[in-house]
Amino acid sequence: MIRFCGDSGDGMQITGSQFTNTVALYGNDLATFPDFPAEIRAPAGTLPGVSGFQVHFSSSDVYTPGDSVDVLIAMNPAALKMNLADLKTNGILIVNLDDFQPNDLRKAQIVTNPLEDHSLDGYRLFAVELTKMTRAALKDLGLDAKSMDRCKNFFALGMCYWLYNRSMEPTHGWLEEKFKSKQQLVQANKLAMKAGYSYCEATEAFQISYEIPPAKLAPGVYRNISGNAALALGFVAASQKAGIPLFLGSYPITPASDILHELSMYKDFGVITFQAEDEIAAITSAIGAAYAGALGITSTSGPGMALKTEALGLAVAVELPLVICDIQRGGPSTGLPTKTEQADLLQALFGRNSEAPIPVVAPSSPGDCFWIALEASRIAIKHMVPVIILSDGYLANGAEPWKVPSVDELPEIPVHFETNPEGFLPYRRDPVTMSRPWAIPGTPGLEHRIGGIEKQDVTGNINYEPLNHEHMVRLRAAKVESVANDIPPVVPEGDQSGDLLIIAWGSTHGPITAALNAQREKGRSIGHVHLRHLNPLPRNLGDVIKRFKKVLVPEMNMGQLLMILRAKYLVDAQGYNKIQGKPFKTSEIENKIEQMLGFAPFTSQEDDFDEQAGE
Amino acid sequence: MTTATLPVYAKKDFQTDQEIRWCPGCGDYAILSAVQMVFADLGIPREKFVIISGIGCSSRFPYYMNTFGFHTIHGRAPAVATGLKIVRPDLEVWVATGDGDSLSIGGNHTIHMLRRNVGLKVLLFNNKIYGLTKGQYSPTSEVGKKTKSTPFGTTDRPFNPISLAIGSEATFVARSVDVFQTHLKDTLKKAAAHKGSAYVEILQNCNIFNDGAWETVTEKEARSENIVQLEHGKPLIFGKNRDKGIRLNGLDLEIVQLGNGITEKDLLVHDEKHPRAAYAFLLAHMEHRPGFPTPIGVFRSWGDVPRYEDLINDQIREVQAKRGKGDLAKLLRSGDTWELKG
Repeated sequence: MIRFCGDSGDGMQITGSQFTNTVALYGNDLATFPDFPAEIRAPAGTLPGVSGFQVHFSSSDVYTPGDSVDVLIAMNPAALKMNLADLKTNGILIVNLDDFQPNDLRKAQIVTNPLEDHSLDGYRLFAVELTKMTRAALKDLGLDAKSMDRCKNFFALGMCYWLYNRSMEPTHGWLEEKFKSKQQLVQANKLAMKAGYSYCEATEAFQISYEIPPAKLAPGVYRNISGNAALALGFVAASQKAGIPLFLGSYPITPASDILHELSMYKDFGVITFQAEDEIAAITSAIGAAYAGALGITSTSGPGMALKTEALGLAVAVELPLVICDIQRGGPSTGLPTKTEQADLLQALFGRNSEAPIPVVAPSSPGDCFWIALEASRIAIKHMVPVIILSDGYLANGAEPWKVPSVDELPEIPVHFETNPEGFLPYRRDPVTMSRPWAIPGTPGLEHRIGGIEKQDVTGNINYEPLNHEHMVRLRAAKVESVANDIPPVVPEGDQSGDLLIIAWGSTHGPITAALNAQREKGRSIGHVHLRHLNPLPRNLGDVIKRFKKVLVPEMNMGQLLMILRAKYLVDAQGYNKIQGKPFKTSEIENKIEQMLGFAPFTSQEDDFDEQAGE
Repeated sequence: MTTATLPVYAKKDFQTDQEIRWCPGCGDYAILSAVQMVFADLGIPREKFVIISGIGCSSRFPYYMNTFGFHTIHGRAPAVATGLKIVRPDLEVWVATGDGDSLSIGGNHTIHMLRRNVGLKVLLFNNKIYGLTKGQYSPTSEVGKKTKSTPFGTTDRPFNPISLAIGSEATFVARSVDVFQTHLKDTLKKAAAHKGSAYVEILQNCNIFNDGAWETVTEKEARSENIVQLEHGKPLIFGKNRDKGIRLNGLDLEIVQLGNGITEKDLLVHDEKHPRAAYAFLLAHMEHRPGFPTPIGVFRSWGDVPRYEDLINDQIREVQAKRGKGDLAKLLRSGDTWELKG
């Protein structure tokens, strides 16, 4: 739900109706709520002069509870004051910074500037110089200032089109028609709209937003939480449960930076955040912190992940605990920084030189990011290994109601620092977990050397012998494989055996669950395994697969988990792959299920994802 | 800790049982020996020492020191050491690195470590060549140098490590030479006593791939003509007969002959606390000028710049003093919450 509001002279109705037309053309179900002021033209900037236009649009699989809006565009302080109460916590708030001068505030009877007094802290505020940037975009058209300022609503509209990934074409057509004889105005509005669109694209400030449909929620205390905020909280919780300091080494990158922002606030928990000079220093400083006995974490996205590759291998070789968060986005290279994708799975599993196995886990919802942070920290510390968390842009910036756990519900994360010099050797292993001792500098009598160079097991001495190397390679693999002893068996959602098993991971959980429920209501026999542990895979996954006739693997990539499953289980699983920087729709998954079960004709994947098919 | 409880160590307490794999005659042996002796003299418990290295001949250093040691990856030692030092400011963390490791692949981490003033001591083994990869030119190799990768001579202009460190706002910058054991140990002790980042360039001979690279400095007959020792508060005098001096002339330096009315009073008196970078740059650039000696000793020592790890940990303590220590249950319930009754 989105609401445009501003002075009645700001063109909010035109903006709103243009947005409505565009989303309607996409096939969205929608309802609009134009909100005119009582006065035809009250004094500009005053409370009675506020005009608003609200659009509520949705598809069957995205449900927004209540009447609160997700996005509020307030062109002046009066509009903000009149409409803020309807904006959801953590909602997107776009204001025209140029209209928040003392005089504007006075007209709206606002005492302190809300942009400065932290009253808007609960929202995702974007204070944008709409007037200035519109003027800059139109400076070559020879319009007077007033005419240029009239176009600023189209700047805002362009921003919204970007935000919701909508084409500007329908509005272009409307402008051509409306101002047939005034080509200058057509140009001006097109330019302003394009400037708004480009502004969003260039700043990377805005990122996709969504809500998970509220199922029947269990009783308890809830709060809204985004995936990145949940990861940050999870790490603080892990550090507290483990009783060791948390160190985050990070370099800003979309869409992972919020983890750094969040954790930098928690100094009262002793959290250390280090904004490193680059991605490599981000991970290597975290390795240094882990060596010192801290919970070392680094957060990044795909391009940064690529830069950290060599250091990941070091963490594997020196067997120190470390958690790496890869908040996936569209690629390759810079790709689609603000759009979601799941195409870093193979990079996480294999993207290092030589044999360098690393446990990989993935959260399935924004709230699950909290639990996955604890799980990754637990595995890292218990098994003395680096662990990769694969989240994505959709989870990172998406929010959902999250049931707040009590501290007692959190898993224990026991930490043992070696202190006994008697018989100490740096690679002497725990017989069960195969982990080496965590022997931190400063401990008397434990002076020893570690490094990335191949070493003899137990002693850690440099060793280049052929059989030793093979032993160490197999040992590191077996150690990571042994993590499977420590993770729960998978239990399918839906049917436990039957016609079709859907295997998926990460942020596709929402639409698949909705599709599964809808299809099972039609009497179809379907199970769904949503993998949280991608390496090692749960021990019983092979048995579960055998209980179903067909296997479907929907992924926002070209079929990466599919490749692993086919290789590991020799199963003729089919992929369903969407690589558009946006999540699956329930209808798409349902359609694919019906095809697999013979209830619908097969179509090519391109047809399945017809752009005009609606959102 | 009282002096009575200070540990007493000998050099052998810092030696390991590992076979040393440097080439016979390598300058690294002399540096290793000096560091072992200096560590033994510092009176710091052995378990407090950590040596972090990158990749290269010099980076094998930790294996030969009986302290905590971490042989990391190429160029990244300062970043690993920074993470370690932030978490454990009480440790004595030394970085062993070379001209390729620190100035080429690890240049970025070097400059950022220095500008942050992390309390790390850096031993830069500068032999002006890549030794471990068998003889390619390095970022400190002189222009025109013929090496395995530059059979017709290099076209790269080299870094002056001292200038780079000064330009990075390093708070302690010094130079010594592998074979000048007394000077080297003295310089390392000064580095050890410095609170913030201490960057020590050690001119080191690679007798296999770049033998004699520092001959003009180390050769017995020539050295007194080619070296000027920087000593805080003392005039810059050099020469076999200590008859030459360095004098300030406007914004430049000039060499003068003592006598004929020119006395020590006319010479530049070294000030390692000098607040202007220009001063240290003048000294650093002498090395490249015909007729000028190569300075060794401490170029700069600023003692009053806070250490990075202290600033970080002080900030945490300040927030904790103000807000109290974090309460996890409260944190989890922070923000807008609502309750659903069963």
